[in-house]
Amino acid sequence: MPRRSDISRILLIGSGPIVIGQAAEFDYSGTQAARVLMQEGYEVVLVNSNPATIMTDPDVATTTYVEPLLPGPVERIIDRERPDALLATLGGQTALNLAKSLHESGVLAQYGVELIGANYEAIERGEDRDLFRETMLAAGLRVPRSAIAHTLEEARTAVAEIGLPVIIRPAFTLGGAGGGVLREIRELETVIGRGLDASPISQILIDESVLGWGEFELEVMRDRTDNVVIVCSIENLDPMGVHTGDSVCVAPQQTLSDHLYQQLRDQAIQVIRAIGVETGGSNVQFAVNPATEEIIVIEMNPRVSRSSALASKATGFPIAKIAARLAVGYTLQEITNDITRATPASFEPAIDYCVVKWPRFAFEKFPGAEQGLTTHMKSVGEAMAIGRTFKQAFAKALRSRELDSDPQFPADATELLRCAAQPGPERFDHVLEALRRGHGVEELHGLTSIDPWFLREMASIAADPESPFSGERTFKSVDTCAAEFAASTPYYYSAWERPRAVGRNGQPVAVHEVERGSRASVVILGSGPNRIGQGIEFDYCCVHAAQTVRESGRDAVMINCNPETVSTDYDTSDRLYFEPLTLEDVLGVCEVERPEGVVVQFGGQTPLKLAAGLRDAGIPILGTTTDAIDLAEDRARFGPLLDRLGYKAPPYASASTPDEAIARAPTVGFPLLVRPSYVLGGRAMEIVYDVDGLRNYLERVGVIGAAGVNGKSPTIYLDRFLEDSVEVDVDALCDGDDVWISGIMQHVEEAGIHSGDSACVLPPHSLGEEMLDEIRAQAAGIAKALGVVGLLNVQFAVHAGEGLHVIEANPRASRTVPFVSKAIGLPVAKLACRIMLGEKLADMGLPSEVATGHVCVKEAVLPFDRFAGTDVLLGPEMRSTGEVMGIARDFPTAFAKAQAAAGARLPSSGTAFLTVADRDKSAATGIAIQLHDLGFKLLATRGTAKALARMGIPAQTINKLSEGSPHVVEAIGRGEVDLVINTPVGTGARSDGYEIRAAAVAHRIPCITTMSGGIAAARAIAAAAHGEPDVVSLQELYAESAQAP
Amino acid sequence: MTRDAYVLLEDGARFDGLACAADEHAVGEIVFTTSMSGYQEAMTDPSYAGQLITFTYPQIGNYGVSDGAMESGRIHARAAIMRAAVDYADAPSATQGWLSWLTDHGVPAITDLDTRALVRHIRDQGAMRGGVFPESVSEAEAGALIDAEPAMIGRDLAGEVSPPAPVGVGGTQSGAVATGGGGASVGTGGDRIRIAMIDTGVKLSILRQLSERGADVTLYPCTYGPDQLLADNPDAIFLANGPGDPAALEYIVETVRELVGKKPVYGICLGHQLLCRAVGLETYKLPFGHHGANHPVKDLATGKTEITSQNHGFAVLGPSGAKTIEGDEPVRWETDFGAAELSHINLYDRTVEGLTLLDVHGGTVQYHPEAGPGPHDSLYLFDRFIEEIRSGR
Ligand SMILES: Nc1ncnc2c1ncn2[C@@H]1O[C@H](COP(=O)(O)OP(=O)(O)O)[C@@H](O)[C@H]1O
Ligand SMILES: Nc1ncnc2c1ncn2[C@@H]1O[C@H](COP(=O)(O)OP(=O)(O)O)[C@@H](O)[C@H]1O
Ligand SMILES: [Mg+2]
Ligand SMILES: [Mg+2]
Repeated sequence: MPRRSDISRILLIGSGPIVIGQAAEFDYSGTQAARVLMQEGYEVVLVNSNPATIMTDPDVATTTYVEPLLPGPVERIIDRERPDALLATLGGQTALNLAKSLHESGVLAQYGVELIGANYEAIERGEDRDLFRETMLAAGLRVPRSAIAHTLEEARTAVAEIGLPVIIRPAFTLGGAGGGVLREIRELETVIGRGLDASPISQILIDESVLGWGEFELEVMRDRTDNVVIVCSIENLDPMGVHTGDSVCVAPQQTLSDHLYQQLRDQAIQVIRAIGVETGGSNVQFAVNPATEEIIVIEMNPRVSRSSALASKATGFPIAKIAARLAVGYTLQEITNDITRATPASFEPAIDYCVVKWPRFAFEKFPGAEQGLTTHMKSVGEAMAIGRTFKQAFAKALRSRELDSDPQFPADATELLRCAAQPGPERFDHVLEALRRGHGVEELHGLTSIDPWFLREMASIAADPESPFSGERTFKSVDTCAAEFAASTPYYYSAWERPRAVGRNGQPVAVHEVERGSRASVVILGSGPNRIGQGIEFDYCCVHAAQTVRESGRDAVMINCNPETVSTDYDTSDRLYFEPLTLEDVLGVCEVERPEGVVVQFGGQTPLKLAAGLRDAGIPILGTTTDAIDLAEDRARFGPLLDRLGYKAPPYASASTPDEAIARAPTVGFPLLVRPSYVLGGRAMEIVYDVDGLRNYLERVGVIGAAGVNGKSPTIYLDRFLEDSVEVDVDALCDGDDVWISGIMQHVEEAGIHSGDSACVLPPHSLGEEMLDEIRAQAAGIAKALGVVGLLNVQFAVHAGEGLHVIEANPRASRTVPFVSKAIGLPVAKLACRIMLGEKLADMGLPSEVATGHVCVKEAVLPFDRFAGTDVLLGPEMRSTGEVMGIARDFPTAFAKAQAAAGARLPSSGTAFLTVADRDKSAATGIAIQLHDLGFKLLATRGTAKALARMGIPAQTINKLSEGSPHVVEAIGRGEVDLVINTPVGTGARSDGYEIRAAAVAHRIPCITTMSGGIAAARAIAAAAHGEPDVVSLQELYAESAQAP
Repeated sequence: MTRDAYVLLEDGARFDGLACAADEHAVGEIVFTTSMSGYQEAMTDPSYAGQLITFTYPQIGNYGVSDGAMESGRIHARAAIMRAAVDYADAPSATQGWLSWLTDHGVPAITDLDTRALVRHIRDQGAMRGGVFPESVSEAEAGALIDAEPAMIGRDLAGEVSPPAPVGVGGTQSGAVATGGGGASVGTGGDRIRIAMIDTGVKLSILRQLSERGADVTLYPCTYGPDQLLADNPDAIFLANGPGDPAALEYIVETVRELVGKKPVYGICLGHQLLCRAVGLETYKLPFGHHGANHPVKDLATGKTEITSQNHGFAVLGPSGAKTIEGDEPVRWETDFGAAELSHINLYDRTVEGLTLLDVHGGTVQYHPEAGPGPHDSLYLFDRFIEEIRSGR
């Protein structure tokens, strides 16, 4: 049966901003889907609020909308575009939920849009906990017994029925706060009590516990004609209790006998049939008790998921691509496996290697947060490693993590074993250390329930970390069929093998499978596991680099170890090496590739760290030289350079000891911005207002191992903190002679809020032409002085009194490149790559200044709801995981769109609560007046209320938490507050401000913590009063700008 | 105490590794299986008699060995060739470690060998004779041993694995019941049907599946003639799986020719090839055979694709003598017993996977619906067979 011809236009929904649990993997799946549907001759209408995605590149779909993923805007898009079908199974939970509500509100029916992939009923059965349980039980499958309780009594009866131990999951709490395991009846009151208290609606879910059982996932595909295949099995090394996203995983499963595995396979097939997913991929999770061979179904996702991205990269079977084809009517047999090109997709991959996935955490960014791993996902990224054996894969995964500092191990044995037993970010490092110190497999199995097979393999790694790498490095290919057929897709991994002799007394030669061809190649280094400060934006740039290299007639060679990305799609480059980004591994690839050059500018800090080593090994670095990079990053060299140019920079000093720092502080002048030398995403950066504050900081961070590399305290930098300054980001291109400014972004929040966390506007909304010229001039001056060939990002602070200051210059792709590219409609990273390959700006015919008839706002998305206990304040420390983009004719509307897209949808009416620091009181009154005029009811704490009263603004006074009930936190809990404006008074953890902000985040109420943010919000609300903003496609915008003079 | 060892092929290619089981050498045909689990089932499958198994999945032995995973009473493969093998016995079901088990049964094995390089060589050059040798055996000696080994073509290995005298499945050569699994209890009485099986090396999984569906099976030596097989008037004849070249088993083919038409005749794997030869069709040797658990096979009756367990080196020629068949049509052969119709086709290489005799009772499949190891997608075939037999009598 060929493709469906009764539909011609398909709406594809993306997954929006990168958040924990929903990352770049959905750009990978969405991009694959869009491309396939276009190839099949359909018109694709694509919507995603995340500009840092390949799928929103204007050439990927027919029409592209960067709009909030909310029913309103999407309905407008449907109204404009009139698609025949909606494909929502490739955009994660976000797309699925959106499709659900569009169905429920009747919009799909009204416009005659058909849900393809999974229909509404299937989505319901998969997503609704109770419906899912019923469906499974009806299919004769076992699920955990569970109940809902609102009182101790209900809980008692439930526990009695279910039997101990049970898992307590409070409803609507931050990152699973208040949840836990109830093991003994005498703990019942405490544990249940805690759970009920934690839940704002005092409701808890009580689950039969299968903690310690093995956790397995199967990736299943089904077509219209009910053919089902299992693409891959995944086994979690962390037993049940740690979210699969936070677990170290191996594919395929290792510990189940064929007899037991086939039962899982049978049940997975039963599940997808029972749920009724008509076509496409699903992910089924099981708990298995190896002793009793009991199997329990945990959940199924009726859509492409994080695990299916992993499964695709692990097997070479492109689940999303095939899911898209199935959705438009093909059957598995009709689709050819594009790796073998000889066999159909209706098979199950056979693999002859092992794959290990390792989560990347960011707890150090959220002081005060509970560090334990639980049933709530907390990792911000992941690395994958392929090895010929489990040991090779495991050891490669260990080095793929790129930890900023080595794990510290307690000297005390009991303490060490406790760290191994309690799931945490460095659990397996502790297990390895325990094995190293001679603790036995049985002992550790008893403590951790980790399968002995894994522990034995780890024990031999612990004994000799190099043992997996004996023999010679060879490169094998990922071919979906264990070499049974000749593969034609160049997807490689390094494998260490014994030298092999060919023929009688032949020479030993290791077997390489790389087919290098004769064309020159360029190696592009990816950015490794996603982490805060280094996310999908850099993968976006790497993908563009690959495309550019290919267009230039060279072979693009990608090296990366992040399975969530588009860069590790074997279609993206001519040859993909799935390898850790360490110098040794990269040199290994260069040995076989003999590249014309290596691109280190696009992968963030990761490749930059390797640049010097590569140069020393004689590998040509394309573009900006390593010395220029060093010149920009070494403050001792960069400072003098700025002086020479006559540009201002904040006064600064560096110190190697705390005492030295305290001694030097006065010469720099307070307030100070303090940070240790190696900084990624503003790690451990703080603003201190006096010597005591500095001393306190140094105690917490400077000397105490916390932020130190292996306990050694790093150099401490002191910068004069420029208060009340406007921060500006500039992205520019330089070919060594000429400079082209691609974008100037004005931050909404003042300097002091990390550039990655603050909203920004392009073009700047309140900087004069003179200042902009000065900014252009200085950015250009720095670019030339550094000798940049490629991309440069400069951050400025415009101080009210002292004018323009340079904060830092990064001679590499910055986080803002995708945003700028989307805003101006020109592929900045591609242009940079062409320069690195030798082109000159003069010959590229770029417009002197891109005239955009529209305003673009980038807003950051923060993961506070995952980290119970941490303060939700913004600061110089970057903590956002992702970003969204709002596009409109005017700034307020664009800002409103960005807020909505970021999940902090601004209210149009209701009650606004204000409590601000004294220095902000005057600014606050301005905001209050606007809100009052917009008809908001005002609520304020005593001090703020007084200030408002003085200006004659009526505001009801309400208690702070510390002033006792009835207080504001209760009011927020009761849903009586719609908007919170709170600027911090000092940084006293657990302060009133902290409690208020936490409550706001917990109840998904927009919480604005800066005055400039507040002012923008008020303007946005005013703008929104004129009705829902229009939606506009990128293609339309670019057509306009092209016409614009 | 790691001992060097190596694999030598008849074309002289050599692959080095470490000896990890019995301190012996072994020669025979070297084949590879892409199945990712079920190593014990493979080693005890009589169809592997005379062959050395290369496991493409690198981690072998992970869950030890257990009684439930026996496919016959003993190990039939001559050696195991692996990338990484372990001897752990931690798995709750494990009665022993994998390598100790091989060693106890005097079976050599080699590990730390670049199996992927070996497999690619076989894929390109075809399955060939070769052996696993301890370093102590010189390449010259090894070469001589390999040359002395008869080629697989024209090889009668069924005789070696067939029982000396008839056995009721209650106490077969390998004790199907003892090994439980499907719980092949042979309660007589009720409406049970009786099957006479020509035992060319049957897998216990086949017996379990038949017995679970109410069949009492008697296993006969493959040398038995038609009269002996029909002696106590069975409801149907079943041709088992087994090793070797069907062309070398003309005496069985003769027997089967006598039975077709008289009784419903069914065959699996080697049995399929024998039945096809009996009705006048031809078999040929595949370059490197099908061994694995992931081949897609299409059931032309339902249009469904099933993921199958495969283990064969020979195949049946299509109508007009073609090795592969284009299109998914139930094409027909003219046989000595009337028309035969293609029932199953392999979607990987489009070879014949099964056919139905239209004018007499009978049907066969090339692959292994009984799994063991492998997916359960094809178990329905046993229902089909049994149903036909019941309705046929
Ligand atoms: N009954 C249970 N007992 C023990 N652990 C559980 C149980 N149910 C879920 N978990 C753990 O919680 C994790 C998340 O649960 P899951 O239902 O998969 O939610 P999500 O939709 O976030 O993936 C699982 O990966 C598993 O490790
Ligand atoms: N001297 C300063 N005055 C005011 N704010 C500053 C100053 N230096 C840095 N910042 C703030 O700290 C943030 C992070 O500093 P930056 O040097 O950009 O570190 P990173 O390398 O993490 O980007 C900046 O985005 C800016 O908001
Ligand atoms: Mg889950
Ligand atoms: Mg910065």
